[in-house]
Amino acid sequence: MSDPLVIAGREFKSRLFLGTAGYPNRQLMLDAIAASGTEMVTASIRRISLAGDDESLLNLIPKHIQFLPNTAGCQTAKDAVLTAELAREALGTNWIKLEVIGDRELLYPDTEELVHATEMLVSKGFVVLPYCTEDPVVCRKLADAGAVAVMPLGSPIGSGLGVCNHHLIEIICARSPVPVVLDAGIGTASDAAIAMELGCSAVLLNTAVSKARDPVMMATSMRAAVEAGRGSQLAGRIPKIAQAEPSSPQFGLVGT
Amino acid sequence: MAQPTETGRIRVNGHDMPLGAATVADFLAQQAVDVDQRGIAVALNGSVVPRSAWGATALRPGDNIEIVRVMQGG
Repeated sequence: MSDPLVIAGREFKSRLFLGTAGYPNRQLMLDAIAASGTEMVTASIRRISLAGDDESLLNLIPKHIQFLPNTAGCQTAKDAVLTAELAREALGTNWIKLEVIGDRELLYPDTEELVHATEMLVSKGFVVLPYCTEDPVVCRKLADAGAVAVMPLGSPIGSGLGVCNHHLIEIICARSPVPVVLDAGIGTASDAAIAMELGCSAVLLNTAVSKARDPVMMATSMRAAVEAGRGSQLAGRIPKIAQAEPSSPQFGLVGT
Repeated sequence: MAQPTETGRIRVNGHDMPLGAATVADFLAQQAVDVDQRGIAVALNGSVVPRSAWGATALRPGDNIEIVRVMQGG
């Protein structure tokens, strides 16, 4: 079944976006990326070491995979905008995963700065995918500001707690005029499947794969989970009821 | 005694350094940054300097330069 995801005119066959950080080594990262089937990976922008750096990530990632640079760690709209502009120069892409963090322990988005940064970047011609709180009002404001997708968190970054508020994610998905990408908090395959069942258009995850005991096997599982969750969402699940509903015929029972 | 101009200083990636280069391109060469590699970007005083302008962009005492690269990220 052809069921592409379209964001800002770009078609993705895979609904799984993968981070590139924290793998035991580069080969496992590359193998996990291949196993995941992803067509977009995230990257960060950091100061170079004047003492010399490793081989550039750019030379390692297969050409058919798009980079989505992030503004991870930025705490003000100003820093995020400059980071996005540096990313555009370094990578030749105007796509940006916009993070503006308001709390270092929770890595929770600073909503005011995030909306402001979205407006500024959109006006500068960026394709903005903001990482945001699971708040329908914030998501609407971001879409109004020109974000091409919204990326609410399932739970704090790297926590592995999964999707903590199913109802809000479902409401955001039902209302959003732009694709919803569940970003952050995924711990295991069922979390990714749930996000998709709730109506998310895609899932972005990193730590769940990179820190798994076997990152390549987890990447394979995440791929299957995202596909299964998407399929279940499209197929339409049965309603939940409080009583049993027999599946076998109720007539012709033996002994009656 | 007046400071000779060679002892002007610039800020590079958050660190104070003596300024001993005329342009962004000169500075990168001095620091042995492989300028041909992809994924490098430079900002001077908060504005990105496109790669094509590195050779023509002069450095002055007090300048704040950021040199960044693409790295792994989530």
